[in-house]
Amino acid sequence: MTTLTPILTKFWDDPQSWTLATYEKNEGYQALKKALTMAPADLVAMTKESGLRGRGGAGFPTGMKWGFLPPPDGGPRYLVVNADESEPGTCKDIPLMMAAPQFLIEGVAITSFAIGCNHAFIYLRGEVVHVYRRLLRAVEEAYAAGHLGKNIHGSGFDLDVTVHAGAGAYICGEETALLDSLEGRRGQPRSKPPFPAVAGLYARPTVVNNVESIASVPPLLLHGADWFKGMGTQDSTGFGIFSLSGHVKNPGQYEAPMGITMRELLDLAGGMRHPERPIKFWTPGGSSTPLFTDEHLDVPLEFGAVAKAGSMLGTRALQVFDSSVCVVRAVDRWTDFYKHESCGKCTPCREGTWWLKQILGRLEHGQGSEADLDKLLDICDNILGRSFCALGDGATSPITSSIQYFRDEYIAHLTMGRCPFDPNDAVLFTTKETVSA
Amino acid sequence: MTLIHEPDLGTPAVANDHDVTLTIDGRAVTVPEGTSVLRAARGAGIDIPKLCASDNLAAYGSCRLCLVEVEGAKGTPASCTTPCADGMVVRTDTDTVHALRHGVMELYLSDHPQDCAGCARGNCEIQALAVQTGAAEVRYGRGGASHLDDTADTSNPYFTYDPKACIVCNRCVRACGEVQGTFALTVQGRGFDSRITAGGTDFLSSECVSCGACVQACPTDALTEKSVIQLGMPSRTVVTTCAYCGVGCSFKAEVQGSGDDTRVVRMVPWKDGGANEGHSCVKGRFAYGYASHRDRQLSPMARDSIDDEWQVVTWEEAITRVAEGFLALREKHGVGSIGGISSSRCTNEEVYVVQKMVRAAFGNNNIDTCARVCHSPTGYGLNHAFGTSAGTQDFASVEQADVMLVIGANPTDAHPVFASRMKKRLRAGAKAIVADPRRIDLVRSPHVEAALHLPVRPGTNVAFVNAMCHVIVTEGLWDEPFVRERCEDADAYLAFIAGPEHSPEATQDVTGIPASDLRAAARLFAAGPNSAIYYGLGVTEHSQGSTMVMGMANLAMLTGNLGREGVGVNPLRGQNNVQGSCDMGSFPHELPGYRHVSRPEVREIYESLWGVTLQAEPGLRIPNMFDSAIGGSFRGLYVQGEDIAQSDPNTSHVEAALRAMDLVVVHDLFLNETARFAHVFLPGASFLEKDGTFTNAERRINRVRPVMPSRVGKDEWQVVCEIATAMGYPMSYAEASHIMDEIAATTPTFAGVSFARLDAEGSMQWPVTQAAPHGTPTMHVGSFVRGLGQLTETVYVPTTERANRRFPLVLTTGRILSQYNVGAQTRRTPNSTWHPEDVLEIHPSDAELRGVTSGDVVELSSRVGTTRLTALVSDRMPAGVVYTTFHHPVTGANVVTTENSDWATNCPEYKVTAVQVEVVTQAARANAGAGADVPADAVAGRP
Ligand SMILES: Cc1cc2nc3c(=O)[nH]c(=O)nc-3n(C[C@H](O)[C@H](O)[C@H](O)COP(=O)(O)O)c2cc1C
Ligand code: SF4
Ligand code: SF4
Ligand code: SF4
Ligand code: FES
Repeated sequence: MTTLTPILTKFWDDPQSWTLATYEKNEGYQALKKALTMAPADLVAMTKESGLRGRGGAGFPTGMKWGFLPPPDGGPRYLVVNADESEPGTCKDIPLMMAAPQFLIEGVAITSFAIGCNHAFIYLRGEVVHVYRRLLRAVEEAYAAGHLGKNIHGSGFDLDVTVHAGAGAYICGEETALLDSLEGRRGQPRSKPPFPAVAGLYARPTVVNNVESIASVPPLLLHGADWFKGMGTQDSTGFGIFSLSGHVKNPGQYEAPMGITMRELLDLAGGMRHPERPIKFWTPGGSSTPLFTDEHLDVPLEFGAVAKAGSMLGTRALQVFDSSVCVVRAVDRWTDFYKHESCGKCTPCREGTWWLKQILGRLEHGQGSEADLDKLLDICDNILGRSFCALGDGATSPITSSIQYFRDEYIAHLTMGRCPFDPNDAVLFTTKETVSA
Repeated sequence: MTLIHEPDLGTPAVANDHDVTLTIDGRAVTVPEGTSVLRAARGAGIDIPKLCASDNLAAYGSCRLCLVEVEGAKGTPASCTTPCADGMVVRTDTDTVHALRHGVMELYLSDHPQDCAGCARGNCEIQALAVQTGAAEVRYGRGGASHLDDTADTSNPYFTYDPKACIVCNRCVRACGEVQGTFALTVQGRGFDSRITAGGTDFLSSECVSCGACVQACPTDALTEKSVIQLGMPSRTVVTTCAYCGVGCSFKAEVQGSGDDTRVVRMVPWKDGGANEGHSCVKGRFAYGYASHRDRQLSPMARDSIDDEWQVVTWEEAITRVAEGFLALREKHGVGSIGGISSSRCTNEEVYVVQKMVRAAFGNNNIDTCARVCHSPTGYGLNHAFGTSAGTQDFASVEQADVMLVIGANPTDAHPVFASRMKKRLRAGAKAIVADPRRIDLVRSPHVEAALHLPVRPGTNVAFVNAMCHVIVTEGLWDEPFVRERCEDADAYLAFIAGPEHSPEATQDVTGIPASDLRAAARLFAAGPNSAIYYGLGVTEHSQGSTMVMGMANLAMLTGNLGREGVGVNPLRGQNNVQGSCDMGSFPHELPGYRHVSRPEVREIYESLWGVTLQAEPGLRIPNMFDSAIGGSFRGLYVQGEDIAQSDPNTSHVEAALRAMDLVVVHDLFLNETARFAHVFLPGASFLEKDGTFTNAERRINRVRPVMPSRVGKDEWQVVCEIATAMGYPMSYAEASHIMDEIAATTPTFAGVSFARLDAEGSMQWPVTQAAPHGTPTMHVGSFVRGLGQLTETVYVPTTERANRRFPLVLTTGRILSQYNVGAQTRRTPNSTWHPEDVLEIHPSDAELRGVTSGDVVELSSRVGTTRLTALVSDRMPAGVVYTTFHHPVTGANVVTTENSDWATNCPEYKVTAVQVEVVTQAARANAGAGADVPADAVAGRP
């Protein structure tokens, strides 16, 4: 039985968890002081050695990403933290920044020192105004304590941190769209190459990392790569925050070693909300990752094993759906999200997500025909791997996987001429206004 | 001739010495490293479909039609965003790829009108691709929301935006940003709701400058010229040159019909045009309608007295009247009593023939040109310093510049296509120093911000440039090896400029430029490494215009910024052929090629060819002609293509001179202001009817080709030859190219020029000689044309025109984008939609002092005259300076400008006039009722 490893979530219950004082009581800023005595190249090497993989979804090795920056040429280099967390189901970065923002800020300082950056940016999802305030205050505190600003702790290293709030577009979590948005442009993904490491923010070498990736750096540095590797699996080392939502007894953030299984997490979360209703399907990494079913409860939640089982670990956003849920309805809702969030740059996604929504809406209401299923799969085929960025790919995941596992349920809609489920069964509170068929 | 389709390779060419070789559909293709797979394939004749790509725009990758398979690569990468690599194996013709293209096309067509007008016209790339990909049918049905009911925006006078046909490929948005640099367009909404918008308003009210780059970029019928909608698609192309400004853009005139029935459907900038590389401005692309305007005068006319009505006469009669009139005046008042004025609007061939007529048939050197009123100091100053009366670079040079000093020029309005190139370079990181009293657009516009704006007071340019040189010398920033090796009189100059009277601290009260800013500018310019100077009429039209040109030459020499790409002293010429008309010997003291009439060996060339004896004394300049006319010794004038009564300074003096003459002959498209004083009117041909060449600001000789036959039955050069012949000096050429042959045979810098060579090369920059058979983009490489560069002690002498108690403000003048000079052409096109009248820009505090608000009619007076205009209160102006344009005759800004002029060339001091401004009608408050109290901030604060 795997047990929890509270590191980033360790003192969230402290009544003043977000203050610098609480953080400093819990080893805060010791890692920075250590880092400032080290050679930046050694910091990069240690991160590589730890095996830390990006926590923003794709799982790219963090140390390697830092190592891609070209040698310094005297011009600016940037660290940009991706705090746009908008993937349906994902809720780890926002609670972390709310509960213990100094992890991120210390991580920003160490990473900036490691990559030779003197101005770092945190791009925050625009809707979370409360987190914005908290981050601003935390940055202020860090400046006041000399952890940021000029000549940090007498090291000669200068660092400014700017917190920028986005304007409410999921696409701005895609790293190149984020950079365009941060530069004041319309947030749309850029062509790669050039990659951000070569020409990122303001066309300068830039590292873009997820909040959790950066927040993991201080404990990693303080306790060493071996300590970190001592957790998790060979494929995915260390710990991570798993956010459980949906039909579980105790939804929330569970910080555990990588490779823990859904069955274990469900146990830790107190089981299903209605014990009599079995789990029907779940997402391993947010709505953009193909659905899993009860067949997959023992798949180790690490990048490799999840991929092998046909999905993606993504952001470890585990949304749990019990037998009361209509999968067509759930997929229709997600598709609505992608249709709404498609940035509109590329044709397959712009036109395709719109048609996906049209067709799914029809199907959920028992209209349309079986040919529509093929049309859906056909459009998905036109989008997956053909769209400009991964948003389009993500839009196809719930559709193709749900048809794969629940084709009969789609057909049932057609034969019955309506949805076979009562949506009010699936919700926590019955509210006729919000849940209409 | 048929319609020219220029190939579009999809992504821009890449300059790289290193080549890579890849295999596309089994064929080995070698391209410079960095080239996209799309371009490599298309270049090799493999037609990968594309919609969002165009080879004047950076790859964007949005349409997903160009997907290909690459061995070893995941998925199907977009070929437009995938750079070629050595050994890459690409397949464009597989089943997967075909299925993908089919699927994407189907998605496009699912929201595209089936009965699109563009299809019928064949003005749409979608249509061809639908056929190519076999996606004629759409399986999605037409239910649900779509954009098929969207309404078109027809606000722009020249083109429409019909969102129904739009496929959101973003080409228009990118063209507006990347090519034009205006950033007026964007996409509003996201996903399926994505729509192109001109900043949320209609096109006309937006920031759009109507350059047409978006229309050209649009692959569908969404953005289409109204002329195409009205007339249908063109059927043949004639490549020619814009006749507006000195940028000299090349265009494909796309026309229907032939002979007298030729109709221009649209003008499309030519990709191979050396000056514009496929871009244009609103004037060149759209404002050609004046050529068929009903005001155009198509037959010769004559009258005995200017108080009589005009009588239409035959060409024969007109020419006889002119010839006999001039002969009689010469008989009676002497050989110097007649003369001619040639035009910078006309072709080199026409100008050459006019000066030949004056020198050979009139028998004197009384030939001058309207370049007198704009760039004569450029010729004088640059010739003095370097030995050539021309700019030192080509336009492409700006792409290598690190620092640009822009002075006395407003390129975004007056030289828009070159301004776009400047802005592109500035966006790429070059720095600009803008010296101009007004806060022009280059100071700050989207994605462009000047490093420094120096609000130099009108009339103090020389003090400014001296201060720049002073800092560079006294701070040891000058390029000593360059100066020692390539310049003369260095020690005297260095001692002169180091004098404390030139320091920024000593001159800041004169120039209005804070010493610290000036020092920063000098240091930035000296640091370069490539620093270039671009200037316009704000430099030349001053009493010290020539001195200032030499001052800038000093600055360039001191910092070693000459003789390579990215540097130089670059005049931005006002009119299309200012450079050419000066080259062609249209000054009274110079034969073609800037050779003084006093040089016997030069006269000898022409005397033997023309069979006449030429006068060794320079003739009269334009102002001297006017003075002599009023004095009674100058009696007859031939004026081609220039409206001297409107464009020359001190209008009342000019009118008096014209009235005093016995024979004034006007050769023009329209009955202009000068024609009011003319006795014979000869109708001219528009640029669409001309065969010849124009030479632009970078010395580039461009071909002007007749799109249609002359609408007046004769070419202008032919008329001139007939006048000369009728005067007893036979002149004739079988065709215009023979005139160029004569120019080439007699002018060393044109030795290698002929129509045939120009047609073959596209264009050439003079000198075109045996040593430089393809022309000379960059001059003074290694050594100056005159040998050593001449450093000149440029003493600052303040103009006598100064603000005083009666006339406390300084007026300066300029141009606006949509209008051109005195407006004879542009006012006769829908360009007036943007600029229906000249306005007076005035600083808020000057306005408040006089109770002026925007919209008020004000009286503008100087010591020579008064005029009325509408005021625009604007913080673009510095306090103490007011500004207006001179495009509309009713305003007559030149009614107030004075007779002051450049000491060396008599170029008028248009840029400095002491004036007073008084309210005549209070527009805003008139409605509010007399005596109504208007809050002070409402008066002062209007934009
Ligand atoms: C549509 C889309 C949305 C994304 N949203 C986020 C996000 O909110 N937060 C995040 O960290 N990464 C997001 N990503 C992934 C980023 O592009 C990028 O991979 C990540 O920030 C890299 O950080 P990491 O290496 O630390 O994981 C998104 C990607 C896509 C395609
Ligand atoms: S896949 Fe969707 S979100 Fe991504 S670029 Fe294309 S339209 Fe935009
Ligand atoms: S208007 Fe034309 S160029 Fe612009 S996005 Fe639409 S189709 Fe493309
Ligand atoms: S920039 Fe000048 S030459 Fe070019 S199109 Fe405009 S007016 Fe004509
Ligand atoms: S041409 Fe390559 S994606 Fe449009």
